[in-house]
Amino acid sequence: MSDTNTIRWSNEDGIVVLTMDDPDQGANTMNAAYLRSMRETVDRLVAEKDTIKGVILTSAKKTFFAGGDLKDLIQARPEDAERLTTRCNELKAQLRTLETFGRPVVAAINGTALGGGLEIALACHHRIAADVKGSLIGLPEVTLGLLPGGGGTTRTVRMMGIQAALMTVLLQGQRYKVQEAKAAGLVDEVVATVEALVPAAKAWLAANPSAKQPWDQPGYKIPGGTPMTPSFAANLPAFPANLRKQVKGTMPAPRAIMAAAVEGSQVDIDSAFLIETRYFTELAVGQVAKNMTKAFFFDLAAINAGASRPKDQPKTAIKKVAIIGAGMMGAGIAYVCAKAGIEVVLKDVNLEAADKGKAYSQKLVDKGISKGKVGKDKGDALLARITPTAKYEDLAGCDMVIEAVFESVELKHKVFAELQHIVNKEAVLGSNTSTLPITKLAEGVERPADFIGLHFFSPVDKMPLLEIIAGQKTSDATLAKAFDLAAQIGKTPIVVNDSRGFFTSRVIGTFLNEAMAMVGEGLAPASIEQAGAQAGYPATPLSLMDELTLTLPRKIRKEAEAAAKAAGKDFPQHASSGVIDALVETYDRKGRSTGGGFYDYGADGKRTSLWKGLAEHFVKKGHSIPFEDMKERMLFAEALETVKCFDEGVLRTVADANIGSIMGIGFPPWTGGVIQYINGYEGPAGNGPRGFVMRARQLAEKYGKHFSPSASLVAIAEKGALWE
Amino acid sequence: MSNEAFVYDAVRTPRGKGKKGALHSVKPVSLLTGLIDALRERNPSLDTNRIDDVVVGVVTPVGDQGADIARTAVLAAGLPNTVGGVQLNRFCASGLAAINFAAQQVRSGWEGMVIAGGVESMSRVPMGHDGGAWAMDPATSYDTYFVPQGISADLIATIEGFSRDDVDAYAVRSQQRAALAWKEGRFTRSIVPVRDQNGVLILDHDEHMRPETTAASLGKLNPAFTMMGEAGGFDAVALQKYHAVEKIDHVHTGGNSSGIVDGSALVLVGSEKLGKEMGLTPRARIAAVATSGADPTIMLTGPTPATQKLLALAGLKVGDIDLFELNEAFASVVLKYQRDLGIPSEKLNVNGGAIAMGHPLGATGAMIFGSTLDELERRGAKRAVVTLCIGGGMGVATLIERL
Repeated sequence: MSDTNTIRWSNEDGIVVLTMDDPDQGANTMNAAYLRSMRETVDRLVAEKDTIKGVILTSAKKTFFAGGDLKDLIQARPEDAERLTTRCNELKAQLRTLETFGRPVVAAINGTALGGGLEIALACHHRIAADVKGSLIGLPEVTLGLLPGGGGTTRTVRMMGIQAALMTVLLQGQRYKVQEAKAAGLVDEVVATVEALVPAAKAWLAANPSAKQPWDQPGYKIPGGTPMTPSFAANLPAFPANLRKQVKGTMPAPRAIMAAAVEGSQVDIDSAFLIETRYFTELAVGQVAKNMTKAFFFDLAAINAGASRPKDQPKTAIKKVAIIGAGMMGAGIAYVCAKAGIEVVLKDVNLEAADKGKAYSQKLVDKGISKGKVGKDKGDALLARITPTAKYEDLAGCDMVIEAVFESVELKHKVFAELQHIVNKEAVLGSNTSTLPITKLAEGVERPADFIGLHFFSPVDKMPLLEIIAGQKTSDATLAKAFDLAAQIGKTPIVVNDSRGFFTSRVIGTFLNEAMAMVGEGLAPASIEQAGAQAGYPATPLSLMDELTLTLPRKIRKEAEAAAKAAGKDFPQHASSGVIDALVETYDRKGRSTGGGFYDYGADGKRTSLWKGLAEHFVKKGHSIPFEDMKERMLFAEALETVKCFDEGVLRTVADANIGSIMGIGFPPWTGGVIQYINGYEGPAGNGPRGFVMRARQLAEKYGKHFSPSASLVAIAEKGALWE
Repeated sequence: MSNEAFVYDAVRTPRGKGKKGALHSVKPVSLLTGLIDALRERNPSLDTNRIDDVVVGVVTPVGDQGADIARTAVLAAGLPNTVGGVQLNRFCASGLAAINFAAQQVRSGWEGMVIAGGVESMSRVPMGHDGGAWAMDPATSYDTYFVPQGISADLIATIEGFSRDDVDAYAVRSQQRAALAWKEGRFTRSIVPVRDQNGVLILDHDEHMRPETTAASLGKLNPAFTMMGEAGGFDAVALQKYHAVEKIDHVHTGGNSSGIVDGSALVLVGSEKLGKEMGLTPRARIAAVATSGADPTIMLTGPTPATQKLLALAGLKVGDIDLFELNEAFASVVLKYQRDLGIPSEKLNVNGGAIAMGHPLGATGAMIFGSTLDELERRGAKRAVVTLCIGGGMGVATLIERL
C-alpha cells in the first residue's frame, strides 16, 4: 500500500496541478501512502522549481481531503508517542516546504475539507473553494478528542489571532458551509462550481507570482497579540478559567488546543509546530480521543449507514404524518417533520390546543427568520405543511402516525382504535411513549406488526436522537420505515427491543437515582451537583430532576412496582425512593414546574439556589466520601444498567448503546458512550472491563449491591476482552 | 559566641498612594538608597566594608525595579563594590523572605552583616507586568485551578461564613488602629521620610489611610471581584475544587482589602560577633523562620501552616507569643488565621495593617517586621510572629524574640 502514489502531477506551461487521488480509498486521508507521496511531491517541487511558476493543489475525490487516518490513530498507545511525533513533524515539514519553496500555491477546494484536509489547504498561500452543496470546511478535531496537529492550530492562530482562532475554529470544531468559511477567514475566495476552480486559481497565480504567507513576511505580528502584549496578557488568565467553566475538566482536547495556541504564539512557527505536535501526540495516545473517535466517528458512521436497519427492505419516504397530541413533544415532532418536507396533520382534542401546537413551529420559524437562518419563503412553506385539527377524519391519507398523548395505556389504546381505520392501511403506527411497553400498546390495534415505538427527546428540534422501539410483533418492514423516517428528518436512530423504560429512560433513571441516594446519605448537595458536572454530564442530576419533576419517576416507580408485584417478582427499593417521597410528600417540593424541588426558583422561573431544606433535613455535617466515588457512582450506575439491557436483550448493538447514551440522555461525551466507558475505563485497579469490574465490586462493597457487575460482564473481564 | 542572627536596625519609608501620590515621582532605587543612607546615619559605627550582601524583595521586578535592583541600589548608594546585591521574589512575602534569607546566611556563619528588605513602586510598575509562568500559561493554570487572589479571599469568607459585615468591621478596626498608632507616634522609630536629591521633603506619612472610615461608609462599596469571578470564569474554577460550596459570596471590596501603594523597608541583620566588633546594639534575635504552603486555589491560607511550623521549630505555643502580625491582604485572611490559631484580637495586628496603610508588595514583609519589633519594645514584650499570605498558596513566618 505504501507504494501507492496518492498525488498526481501535471505541469502545463509552468503551472503544476497536484491532484490528490488515493487509488485505494474513496477519500483521501493522511495515511502512509499520502505521507510518502507528499514527500516525493514537495521534493520534486523543490527540484523542478525553475520550471514552475505556480502550483494548484486539488482533489479528484468528491471531498477535497477527509483528514487524519483515524483507523490508525485510534490504535496509538503511549509507547507509540515517538513514532507519532516523528510522523506528525514530517507531515508538517512537507507542508512547510510547500509554503516556503518559493512559488505561489493555491488550494482549489472542490469539496469538504475537514481536519487534515483543511490543514493542507492552510499551508497554501490562497484558498479557493467551490460552493458545492453539502461541502463543509473546518477543523473538527476537538470533537474527536484531538487537536489539529497538521499545522492547523499553529496556522489559524497566525492567520486570525489566538482568541479568534480558538473561538471560531479550534475549540468548538465548527464545520462551516463554504460561504461561512469565507466569512470566518478560512478560505479567501469562493467560486460557484468545481469547474471554475482551476481558472480562478490560475488567475490568482498569475497575479501573485511571489506570494508568501503573512508569517513569512518581515514585520509580521500575530493579530491581537501574544502573552507578551499587555492588552492580551490582561485577559489571558480568564481563558483557561472560562474553559474549565465550560468543560469542567473532563476533556483534554480543548485544554491542549488552548495550550498549543498560546504557547505556540510565543515562538517562531517551526517551534510552534513542535509544540503543536507534542500536544497532539499527548491526546492521540490518550484514552479520551479513542473514546470520542469510536463514538463520534465509527459508531455514528455505522448507525448513519443503517447498520441496524433491516436489510432487504425497500427505502420508503414518508409523505404525510399524523401527530396525535399537540403538547410540547407533539408540537416539536410536527416542526421537525414539516421542516423535512413532510405533510403534517397535528391533532389534539380541540382546535385551540392543536393551533397552540402549530404556534410552536411559528415561533421557531420566526426566530430562524430574525436570525437570518431561514428564508421567509421556506418558513412559510414549512408552516403551510402543518394542518392543525381536532377531527380524526383529517388523518385520512397519512402513511405514518406518531402518537404523543398523555402516558396512559388506556388513552393510547383509545386513540389508536379511533384512527387505525382512517389512516392508510399500511401506515406505521408509532407511539412517542418514553416508558410504556410497546407490545402492550400494540395490543390495542388490529395491526400490531405495524406498531412501533418512536421515542423522541425534548426539545425535539434540538435533540439529535430517535430511539426506535421494536415490540414483539413489530415487523421488519415497519422497523425499516422508522429508520427511513429518521433519515428523512435528520435524526440519528438507535433501535432497542421492548422493555419497561426501553434503554434511555431506564438508564438515565439510574444516574438520577444515584444522585438522589447521595442526598439521602447526607452528602453535600452542591458536591453531588459538582460530581455530576465534573463527571461530564451536560446537566447536573438534581437540577435535571427538577426539570423532569419528582412526581414522574415516582409514578413510573409505583407502576413498575405494581407490575412486579403482579408478576410475583421482587421489586428492590433504591435508596433514592425515600428522598423523592420525602420531597414530594413531606415537603411538597415536586420540581421546577411546581415552584421548587431540589432547587429554589425566582419569580422569573430561573434557578436561584439549592433549597435550604436539603441542608436542614438531609445533610449530615462533616460526612463526605471521595469525590471520585461520587462521580463514578453515577457513571457506573448507568454503565451497569446498560449491561443489564444487553443481558435482557433490550439493546442490540454497542454503537446504539454508545450513541444513544450520549445523544439521548447526556452520558458524558468524553467516555465515548456508556459501553465504551467500560471498554476504555482507566481505573485505580486496572483498565478496560477488567478494571471496571474490580472497581464495580469496590463500589458494591461501599455503596450497595446494585453496583455488583453482572455475570456476563465478569466473564468478559476475566477473558481480558472488550464488550463488543 | 552564638551564631544567632541579630536585628540591629529597621527602617521604612512612608507609603505613597497611586499615581497622584507623593512617591509616584520617585524611582524605586531612590526609595532604597534613601533607606541605606538612613541606616548609615543611624548607625555611624556601621563599617560598610563589612556588609556582605543586600537582599531585596521585589514582586514585579521589571522596568525601573528590574534587573537586580539590589545591586543597583548598592552602587547608587555608594556602598563599597564588595557589597553584593540580590533581588528575590516570594510574591507578597518577599520583604520578609529577604530578612529570613539574611538570617539564614548569618546563622550559616558564611556572612556576618546583611541588609535585607524590599521595595515596590506599584504606581510605576503595575502588578502583573512581569508576565508569569502560572496565570499566563493555560496548561499550568488550568491544571492547578488558578484563580486571582480576590476570588480566593472571597472563597475563604464563604467557607468560613464571614459576612460582608464581618470583613467590613475588621477593616474599620484596621483603620482605627492605624490612625491611633500614627497619632501616638508608634511608627516614629522606623519611619524615614522620603526626600529628593536636594533634601526637600517629599513624604513623611502613610497616604493611604482613611481614619474617618465607618462600617456604613464601607458598606456602600461594590464587591470588587464579582465580575472577575463570573465573566472571568474563576468562580467556577474555585467551585470545581471546593465542590461542597454552592456559590461564592463576594464580600471583599477596595475598602476591606489591602491598598495599592509605593514604599520600601530595610532591616540590618548581623551576627553577634560583628555587631560587637562594630559597637552596634542588637534589638532582637530572629529566633526561627519557616516557609510552608497550602492549597493554591484558596491560596491565602498559608500563614497557618507556616506559623504552626514556626512554633514547632521554636518549641512554643500560640499562648507564648505576645504579638501576631499577619499582613492584611484581605480581611478574611486575617479572620481565618485568627480563628485557626485562636489568637485574641488584642494580640493581632495591633497597629492596623495594609487595609489602612497599603501593601507595597515586595516591601511589606520588611515593613511589618520593623513595626512589630518597635511595638514589642514599646510594650516591653518578648516574642512576636510576623507572617504573610502569599501567591501560589505559600506562607512565610518569622519569630522575633527580644533579647
